[in-house]
Amino acid sequence: MTVSLPRRLVLGGVLATLPGLAWGREMLRFDGLYKKYGVRGMEFSDRVRQLAGTPVDITGYMAPPLKAESNFFVLSSEPLSICPFCESDADWPVDIVVIYLRHVAPLTSAGARVTVSGRLDTGSWSDPDTGFVSLLRLMDAAYALA
Amino acid sequence: MSLRVVLTVGMLAAASAATQAQTIYPLNRADILTGAKFDFKVEFPGAPAEADAKVTIAGRDPAAFFGKPGTFVRNEDGQDYSSYVIRDVSIPTAGAVAVEAGAAKVSWDVYATPAPRKAKNVILFIGDGLSIAHRTAARILSKGIAEGKYGGELEIDDMPAMALISTAGSDSIVTDSANSMSAYTSGHKSCVNALGVYCARNKNTLDHPKVETLGELTKRRLGMAVGVVTNTEIEDATPAGMVSHTRRRSDYNDIVEMFYKVKPDVIMGGGSVNWLAKSTPGSRRTDERDYIKMFEADGYTFAGTSTEMLAAGKAGARKLLGLFNTGNVDGALDRMFLKKGTVGRFPDQPDLTDQVRVSLDILSKSDKGFMLMVESGRIDKYSHSLDAERAIYDTIMLDNAVKVAKQFAAKDNDTLIIVVGDHAHPVSVIGVYDDERPGQTPREKLGVYADAKAPNYSKPNADGYPDSVDVSRRIALNFGTFPDNCFNAKPYLDGENVPAVAGATANTFVANEKNCTRPGSVRMTGNIPFDGNTETHSGDDVLLTAMGPGSDMFHGHMPNVRVFKVIATALGLGE
Repeated sequence: MTVSLPRRLVLGGVLATLPGLAWGREMLRFDGLYKKYGVRGMEFSDRVRQLAGTPVDITGYMAPPLKAESNFFVLSSEPLSICPFCESDADWPVDIVVIYLRHVAPLTSAGARVTVSGRLDTGSWSDPDTGFVSLLRLMDAAYALA
Repeated sequence: MSLRVVLTVGMLAAASAATQAQTIYPLNRADILTGAKFDFKVEFPGAPAEADAKVTIAGRDPAAFFGKPGTFVRNEDGQDYSSYVIRDVSIPTAGAVAVEAGAAKVSWDVYATPAPRKAKNVILFIGDGLSIAHRTAARILSKGIAEGKYGGELEIDDMPAMALISTAGSDSIVTDSANSMSAYTSGHKSCVNALGVYCARNKNTLDHPKVETLGELTKRRLGMAVGVVTNTEIEDATPAGMVSHTRRRSDYNDIVEMFYKVKPDVIMGGGSVNWLAKSTPGSRRTDERDYIKMFEADGYTFAGTSTEMLAAGKAGARKLLGLFNTGNVDGALDRMFLKKGTVGRFPDQPDLTDQVRVSLDILSKSDKGFMLMVESGRIDKYSHSLDAERAIYDTIMLDNAVKVAKQFAAKDNDTLIIVVGDHAHPVSVIGVYDDERPGQTPREKLGVYADAKAPNYSKPNADGYPDSVDVSRRIALNFGTFPDNCFNAKPYLDGENVPAVAGATANTFVANEKNCTRPGSVRMTGNIPFDGNTETHSGDDVLLTAMGPGSDMFHGHMPNVRVFKVIATALGLGE
């Protein structure tokens, strides 16, 4: 599947054209991340396994961030009805993707639908600063309003 | 940094007069069952010398009274108070007990449970958030109504004993499911978010003064079998209340460990992600313990689906761990009719009725009786999301589950059955939304008073469910509190309603725009505090119905902690 180049790209909070972003890069969808959601664990889809380590795009909603300015935010398939960073007993949905931007940026698009481009990283990993555990990440990422 | 000193009289010089005590736990007017364990704690302001932090119980030194040494901790957790604690104590004889600490005085009412034991078994059904209007709506949908008369009685209504239960906590007049369940399972009132503890000033949520729960007491005192059965995450407040001690109900990983410590014979619900080792994709644990494997190693049969659960029952399992979803088990409307929610991912989740059947098969093998807690937990969750139809269908499911229990109890008449909400929601049946009325918006469609004709749901199936909620004259079960949201008075056929979504900045919520495009939708300005994202609980009393030995103790108005006292008395749990 291909995707057209988003009109406005935000890199490190600055509107920019990404040299790395081009026609034809792989588009991931939230409903294609896992092939199994069993009570004893989840399994990545074959597509996620194949694309691990390569640049991909995915569209979702930017969750309200931990800090107003960060290189880190959570992407969810639907707008969040909870604010897990605000409430201690609110849980993230199971199928989130954690986004690590290339640079620290003001996360002004919280709540909005965004398309993110970055290198797909898979497997359980704890953020050294926040302790946030994620299964899927986009590294060196940039995003634009979708 | 705190200074830990084992209390020995005269160890520190008395420098000033006796210090004013700040708080004594258990709190004033606590009802305490003889022989039930609790942590005794007194918090003094500041950092008094130990000798000035004088405490007496019934005029005696606490260590002598309880037969156990206490610990004095100055500036506990580095805070501006000091504490005197004796953990895991109990009082063997009934009567009023006066506690004095400086100028502060509290009195406890210690009660015994006279022989003979009245009930062999107790089944405690919790309709989470179950309010009067949920019952009325469930009765209309599942029994029908004509000329003002119902086509039949709900199982939860058709019980001889009844009481009005008030639910306030020690901190507020509107409580949550943790504190309210804790009142039922420990007999002590505590505060919002707390399970099996008093809310002291400890920083660590697991250090607050504990009170023993029904899950622990019935096992320890009488060797009874214990079952904890729900359709929510098993770590959620209501099921957790059977075994847990934490100031913070969201300590899910710790709560799983508490289940492991108590080891109820039957454990069923959702929320498997906190049972998986951290390295398993999807796990929410922070350690490598696989609690499913640990329970299996301890002789439990594990069931991940309804089929496996039924098979385990047939095969004669004596201990069962059933986890049927990574999150909450889907509600009746989604599982049986709409196939939405997570039904696609988890197509073989059990109905609460089958969970109760299998639980009774297993627990009734205990010759010492059993204590079974069954929760229909999404009545509450669907009310929070302003999803009336889903809340009503799960009330009907509760009714069906109670029917199974009543059939079981009819055999020997030695089982006390209790059905109760844990707190109320601000819900009311205000009329019907009638598509025959002119206009498009909810106010135009709403028929009130004489225009509130009986809804036209189809005749319910054998389980009491109409086969569709999408009819032209629908019940208007409305909610008194809500966030900013869009509303068109039609059922949510594509999945549970999401009324509001997180806003761009922390702690703000805005209407879910998806709902704003539904035909006839109107924008409702929220009437709750701005950091709220769902409908809220209310402080109304809830109804309790009961039957079986001991149920005659329920009558009139009773505070929620008295439900514990009735259970304890029916079982003879005291010394």
